[in-house]
Amino acid sequence: MKPKLSIKGRQSMWAYIFITLPILFFICIRILPTLYAFNVSLHKWDLLSKNKPFVFLDNFKELFQDEVFWAALKNTGKYILFAVPIGLILSLGIALLLNSITKGASFYRMVVFIPYVTSVVAVSWVWRWMFMKQGGLINNILNFVGIAKQPFLDSTSQAIYVVISNVIWQALGFYTIIFLAGIKQIPQTYYEAAKIDGASSWQRFKNVTIPMLNPTIVYLTVMASIQTLQVFTQVFNITSGGQGIAGGPLNSTISVVLYIYQLAFVNYKMGYASAATVILFLIILCISLFQMKVLDKKYDY
Amino acid sequence: MRRSTKVIAYIVLAVVGFIMIFPFLWMLSTSLKTGVDIYSPSIIPKKITFNNYVRVIENSNFLLWFKNSLVVAVITTVSVLFFDTLVGYSFAKLPFKGKTPLFILILSTLMIPTEMLIIPWYMMCNSYGWLNSYWSLLFPGLTSAFGIFLMRQFFMGVPDDVLEAARIDGLNEFGIFLITAVPMVKPALSALGIFTFLGNWNAFLWPVIAVDQPNIYTLPVGLALFSGESYNQWDLVMAAASLATIPVLIVFFFFQKQIIEGIHMTGLKA
Amino acid sequence: MKKKILSLILVGLMVVSLLAACGNNGGTQQPSGNTPGNSSAPSTSDEKVTIEYWQYFYESKVNLMDELIADFQQKNPNITVVQKHFPYDSYQQKVAAAISAGTGPDIINLYYGWVPKYVKSGTLQELPASSFSAEMIEKTFAPMVEVNKIDGKYYTIPTAVRTLGLFWNKDIFAANGLDPEKPPKTLEELVEYAKLLTKYDANGNLEIEGLTFQPSGQLHAWFRPVLLKQFGQEPISADKRTVQWNASEGGYKAFEFLVNLAKVDKVGEKDFYTDDATAFISGKAALHIDGSYRLGSLKSQAPDLNYGVTVLPSYNGVETSFGSFWTNGITTNATGAKYDAAVKFLEYLTSVETMKTWTEKIGEIGAKNEIANDPELLKDEKLAPFIEQLPIADSYFYVDEDADRKALMDAIDKVLLNDVDPRQALDEAVKSVQSILDDYWKN
Repeated sequence: MKPKLSIKGRQSMWAYIFITLPILFFICIRILPTLYAFNVSLHKWDLLSKNKPFVFLDNFKELFQDEVFWAALKNTGKYILFAVPIGLILSLGIALLLNSITKGASFYRMVVFIPYVTSVVAVSWVWRWMFMKQGGLINNILNFVGIAKQPFLDSTSQAIYVVISNVIWQALGFYTIIFLAGIKQIPQTYYEAAKIDGASSWQRFKNVTIPMLNPTIVYLTVMASIQTLQVFTQVFNITSGGQGIAGGPLNSTISVVLYIYQLAFVNYKMGYASAATVILFLIILCISLFQMKVLDKKYDY
Repeated sequence: MRRSTKVIAYIVLAVVGFIMIFPFLWMLSTSLKTGVDIYSPSIIPKKITFNNYVRVIENSNFLLWFKNSLVVAVITTVSVLFFDTLVGYSFAKLPFKGKTPLFILILSTLMIPTEMLIIPWYMMCNSYGWLNSYWSLLFPGLTSAFGIFLMRQFFMGVPDDVLEAARIDGLNEFGIFLITAVPMVKPALSALGIFTFLGNWNAFLWPVIAVDQPNIYTLPVGLALFSGESYNQWDLVMAAASLATIPVLIVFFFFQKQIIEGIHMTGLKA
Repeated sequence: MKKKILSLILVGLMVVSLLAACGNNGGTQQPSGNTPGNSSAPSTSDEKVTIEYWQYFYESKVNLMDELIADFQQKNPNITVVQKHFPYDSYQQKVAAAISAGTGPDIINLYYGWVPKYVKSGTLQELPASSFSAEMIEKTFAPMVEVNKIDGKYYTIPTAVRTLGLFWNKDIFAANGLDPEKPPKTLEELVEYAKLLTKYDANGNLEIEGLTFQPSGQLHAWFRPVLLKQFGQEPISADKRTVQWNASEGGYKAFEFLVNLAKVDKVGEKDFYTDDATAFISGKAALHIDGSYRLGSLKSQAPDLNYGVTVLPSYNGVETSFGSFWTNGITTNATGAKYDAAVKFLEYLTSVETMKTWTEKIGEIGAKNEIANDPELLKDEKLAPFIEQLPIADSYFYVDEDADRKALMDAIDKVLLNDVDPRQALDEAVKSVQSILDDYWKN
């Protein structure tokens, strides 16, 4: 006779039932293709060719001497260092403000969400017009307040910040909505209890909101980092000028994924592109695990 | 809240709102411009015309593409809402062996750029004869680590004693999940619905490779036809892009109410 | 704990991928794909055969191709041609994905600059000597077609080609006291006019460009081969193995001339009105170098623009232009009866009648020399300058079109943004392009 399962045993049985199908799905649709890419990274593969000679680590050796790859890594570092903290702090602020108002709240939520909905291709074009050196809107505003006109996209030092501004602008809608969902899930009773204890609004923010939001903050930090480390569409659309080669003047905006894309689908160097993918994968994995370890606090609720 | 803080909040929101919406308005205004007026650094059209919209709808398969995108986005959203919630709940609230490595495994699927999955997917679809079908457009989006992670985080905020109470009431684990836990993460569920719908609605990299018959194009693939070798028809791109945002805004409007409602009935005995 | 799990996963991944590597490595060596008509089976005339033709989406090309296919099928009732087309921006990806999965078209339309890559990978079959001998091609087709002769063989053949011309805005000419019907004829005149026509406002903002300056646009094509040849320097060696942009003083002079347009003369600026064509269409540029395909977008977007087109300005008595083209090749998918059908279709696509229709409807110029003398086609005064240049236009050999273009763009950016010495910038560009060429030709 089968021994009766304990509560724990029953729960884990249910857990396996719940997760089996999705896990299988992930293995087939994501993990195996990923392993395929890892395998390709050890080969020299011209995408059009049927020959894939095994070259072991040659692609990686070449990669470490590749100036463009280093530039891409450096730029990607800039994307994440600027876009993620600024985006998260701004959106937390907006979410708190949205949470505090009543009149017109749903209109404002719509407004905040709109950048995330707007077609990247369309808005990238708008961005190029706004940041045009001669007679662009931003330069006209600068001119109005007495600042000399800036080259923006035509500059090796400024171009990347133009792209970052677009990345932040688009991501704010996503971050804010998630923060809002997190804030709404905090039971009001905690705030009421804190009020009774005579806590100031700053103390309530620090002692109730932030700890209760921890799962949301962990989620957004990890997700925002993963997404920003793979930034591609905005860089591609803003700096290619629609017709040219993306990546900004002298590779000043090129991101790792953009470089991977160019290697794989423009130069058809699939093995080399896969090697870059492996490096990127490892970087993202390390950063994510580190973030989860540092941020994921078990608060005493 | 004090009156003065409220006023400041509204002012700040107005400024932020303007910055948020301005580029969108520019897109709308360009879609209403005509001729060389679209190439001007000014947001105000010289002459307003709806001609671009007429051309998009009449001269392309816009409505068909729209329908295809809708089918793909709705099916993937339903699938994601079901599976991701279930899996996220398991990771947050159920004990089982191999939890951490399995979670990292799932999370790791987000760490490889879609660009590099295209070739293996294409080979797979080719050998199973999936190309040019709805299925080929659907399958990559049926569940997502993005959503599993989100739901895990939000289920972590659900107090254990509530679930325990349900268990004592005699519900089985699926019942606890569906009846007790899910209603408590409605805000996250709504956010997940919105973002999944949007993500699949806008998907481009894979659909453009997966299909080669214009009658099964999704909207982003169809819109790519307005971008040519030597020039892009920006007037049409803008009109089509504006039209494409409408269903997403409708979905958003429908779901966002859920987000703000939050959890009134927490079941917490405070 | 987490560390341990992580390392376990990593080790596991490496093991799996190594195993997979060993498994794959036996490799499916390709059975020499370059021999024409892989099969000896003769096709009988009543055998039904279907072939697939791929091109990128360009509305008028797709529509014309449908008409041509219908006509061809009527003449060859046993052959069915299926046309498939893809968004331009994703065309290369799509083709690569299909070919790497072992599928794809029988006849493929490729930009000429991509052809060397496809030849090296063994995707294309050599054109059959019976229909397209090298001799015949060189005698009847425009000289630029020779750019795709690789190791003495032709793999593709175009229906139509493009040349570059000089567009000028007649209204801006008139407003500055120049005769609106007299465009510049030489480089000296070009610079002189451009300076005169450039306009800055009181705040130093550029209002009208004298001559557009967009390295990612057609500027790079103007430099190589046109400017280089005019300054006395062939851009590439006759065996297509050595880059020669800086092989003589002339090369450096040509490059300095180019960058000085923006750096010293300041007649144009990169990304002004987002790009060169937009600036010209908006009436913000007086002179602009571009291809015949621009005529279509000018007509639809700026019907009121008062402009003319002429041949590229000459220098040192050298008259030349840049030619480029989309060209058709037969892939290794086409074997046996399919191959024969594909050859027939190619013959049809390169007939003089097809070329004439193509020129009229698409605005690209039929690729055969006799098109240049066709009085009917020369009647179109906007198209005529492009057609006239057919016999003198030259192409430039790329093995990696984007990388080559990028090298030149980077050289220009170095000079303009980082104040690098033009000679040094050009040397660095040559070095990077040479390494791409070396990579292509080795083994």
